Amino acid sequence: MKSLRKFVDKIKPHFSKGGKFAKLHSTFEAFESFLFVPNEVTTKGSHIRDALDMKRAMSVVVAAAVPALLFGMWNTGYQHNLSIGMEASIWENFVFGFLKVLPIIVVSYVVGLGIEFAVAQIRGHEVNEGFLVSGFLIPLVVPVDVPLWMVATATAFAVIIGKEVFGGTGMNILNPALTARAFLFFAYPAWMSGDTVWIQGLKSGEGIIDGFSGATPLANAAAGLFDNLPSTWEMFLGNIPGSVGETSVIAILIGAVILVATGIGSWKIMFSMVAGGLAMGLLFNAFAVNPFMEIPAWHHLIMGGFAFGAVFMATDPVTAAQTEYGKWIYGFLAGFLAVLIRVINPAYPEGVMLALLLMNVFAPLIDHYVIEANIKKRIRRAKG
Amino acid sequence: MPKVIRIKKGLDIKLKGKPERIIIQAEPSEFYAVKPPDFSGLSPLPKLSVKTGSEVKTGSPLFYDKKKPDILFTSPVSGKIVAVNRGERRRIMEVVIESDNKNEAVTFQKGDPKTMNREEVVNNLLKSGVWPFIRQRPFHIIADPDDNPRAIFISGFDSAPLAPDLDFILNGEAASFQTGVNVLSQLTSGKIHIGVNAVFATAEVFDKTEGVELHKFRGPHPAGNVGVQINHIDPVKKGEQVWTINAQDVIVIGKLFEKGVFNPTRLVALTGSEVINPRYYRTRLGASVKPLFKDNVKEGNNRYISGNVLTGSKISNEGFIGFYDSQVTVIPEGDSYEFLGWALPGLKKFSGSRTFFSFLLPNKRYTLHTNLQGGRRAFVLTGQYEKVLPMDIYPMQLLKAILVEDIDLMENLGIYEVAEEDFALCEYVCTSKTEVQSILRSGFELMLKELG
Repeated sequence: MKSLRKFVDKIKPHFSKGGKFAKLHSTFEAFESFLFVPNEVTTKGSHIRDALDMKRAMSVVVAAAVPALLFGMWNTGYQHNLSIGMEASIWENFVFGFLKVLPIIVVSYVVGLGIEFAVAQIRGHEVNEGFLVSGFLIPLVVPVDVPLWMVATATAFAVIIGKEVFGGTGMNILNPALTARAFLFFAYPAWMSGDTVWIQGLKSGEGIIDGFSGATPLANAAAGLFDNLPSTWEMFLGNIPGSVGETSVIAILIGAVILVATGIGSWKIMFSMVAGGLAMGLLFNAFAVNPFMEIPAWHHLIMGGFAFGAVFMATDPVTAAQTEYGKWIYGFLAGFLAVLIRVINPAYPEGVMLALLLMNVFAPLIDHYVIEANIKKRIRRAKG
Repeated sequence: MPKVIRIKKGLDIKLKGKPERIIIQAEPSEFYAVKPPDFSGLSPLPKLSVKTGSEVKTGSPLFYDKKKPDILFTSPVSGKIVAVNRGERRRIMEVVIESDNKNEAVTFQKGDPKTMNREEVVNNLLKSGVWPFIRQRPFHIIADPDDNPRAIFISGFDSAPLAPDLDFILNGEAASFQTGVNVLSQLTSGKIHIGVNAVFATAEVFDKTEGVELHKFRGPHPAGNVGVQINHIDPVKKGEQVWTINAQDVIVIGKLFEKGVFNPTRLVALTGSEVINPRYYRTRLGASVKPLFKDNVKEGNNRYISGNVLTGSKISNEGFIGFYDSQVTVIPEGDSYEFLGWALPGLKKFSGSRTFFSFLLPNKRYTLHTNLQGGRRAFVLTGQYEKVLPMDIYPMQLLKAILVEDIDLMENLGIYEVAEEDFALCEYVCTSKTEVQSILRSGFELMLKELG
């Protein structure tokens, strides 16, 4: 790697102050620090520092989401071939899905990172790694048939309005990936809901076998079509219609294990969100007045985006509650509200996205009261 | 037996270069220095009592702060002032003394502190230059002799990386320690608390000492930090002071009253992966480290630290041992590029998280270098600081309050209870590479300025 380092050192002066491409300094810095951990040493404070940096932390999240992505790619092919009545091997299904999902990933990253680099350049900052995760999560929470220009618009909206106007990664109030999804959901509802959007090719309707339904379990449940619900095992495995990465609880659980084991994702949020969802589900069971309220509470955990939301969206450290007690409350309410919205509100078949966005907004308030309690304790001690 | 206080949060950073329990009489250093930056809260331009060429004895005053002229800073050795080194804005960095090897000392009052009154005791401490060993919370600055602290706290063990074993250092000094404690008990109407390590049998020097209250602690670093111990025994409240002193410095106080001289002899642990034979050296406060390093440090670009790797100060390979330090550490500098370093499995890297595969090797000892290990970022991850700070404090919120200079909020979030060393691990683990300790110090300075 010495020759590469030499090359980087050779072109570095052009990107430094006074160089030909000084305006691209942030971009150069981002690529350089991607290739090489900088040679900067500590000057004050602790002389040694933890090996964990933002690049590592973010790549762990991306790695955790890879199983969900791979399964999603296979499922895309599987669902498509099911809808046209074709037999296909695992490999064929995967390749089909890969070719459909890859463009969404590319568009999400190109648009998002393009804006991030430009903004870093304007501000004279280093490029923050936060979007590596957001850009990976956006393709996982959209229907596979979503037009690419919509992905581009939603990503741009999420990065600019959802994040950069607040000051960039670390300062945003709403989760960028959820913001992108919410934008799509409200701006282009025809492409984001209904029974035909979840499977590639279903909306255009060519070659679909008669009577095939692409409805998600939640849509079926909301419509009262309980006979159409897939089996528990299918919902757990994930070979059902849905957003690209949300369907397989198994793949998401693998991600959860990675996040919790490395300590990057908060197990408190995941746990309490599951508890909140169960609590609401049990409450519905107790006061059930329609069949949807009667479904076993734990079914809510494996339907729709609940698992994905709990593992990858709720745990975003910037937009979740930041105090440890706050995380319990935040997660519980997110799970509680998600199930409440999905069962009660007829306009929204899925409640996880809205519940999480709502809790993003309330997270600072939760933290405020947690900290207030600590302050009150301290004041009482000073008086007593 | 006092009940054991279990510290659950924290992190032991296992480094190579743990000192062997062997004491070497260090060759006398040629040069000694007292460094004003060692003393937080001291004016950057203290008033010098000497000039280059002046002859001094051990215990002769070198400088003082104009705002508190009673607190003298004295010479650890007899000889001649050879330099007053200045830094940015003419700030005094070092007052350097060349030893004359005669060890002449100024004599101070000696006697049983129990028969002396508080004023006599305080005067003796102030004149001899040992008063600065006593520091106060809040703000971790030199104590004000006019205050009557609620209590005095001493930590009986050091839990920092490669820290010296205080039981070993204090072995055989029980009598002087007792005298020192008797002196301290004249200074407060409250108790004197000592926090000891519950893992080992309590050392005789602590067990036999009268007039103190022992507290047992068990757990990872920073369990040995006096600030953490105070927080678990009886937290500092607004409007009051508690004082702290290092265990080895209690002996210096004891010897002052026993012998009537300022005795700056001390044991210093030479530690770190780049030291060939890490051991204990008997030397003097402020001594140049040059004789310690002779034929005992590996070749290469090294970082020399007076103190431990988390809180110590950077010195040169001929630099001087800090006023409060019982440890000198040598580790490699990390000023090289590492190809895709953030993506490697990382068996040689140490992390408080489990994001590197080295977490599978819990007992491994590491050679860590001074690389920052990544770029500086805004606060992103949460809960990291809380995992290594065993105090009832919200660290990130406190730091943010300091950054926005909100005095009331800083006060409410407990700035009076903490010192930089308590937050050193937060700085170590920070993924965003935030300079936690200097932010905290700037908060202290702001508070001191505002409170007048």
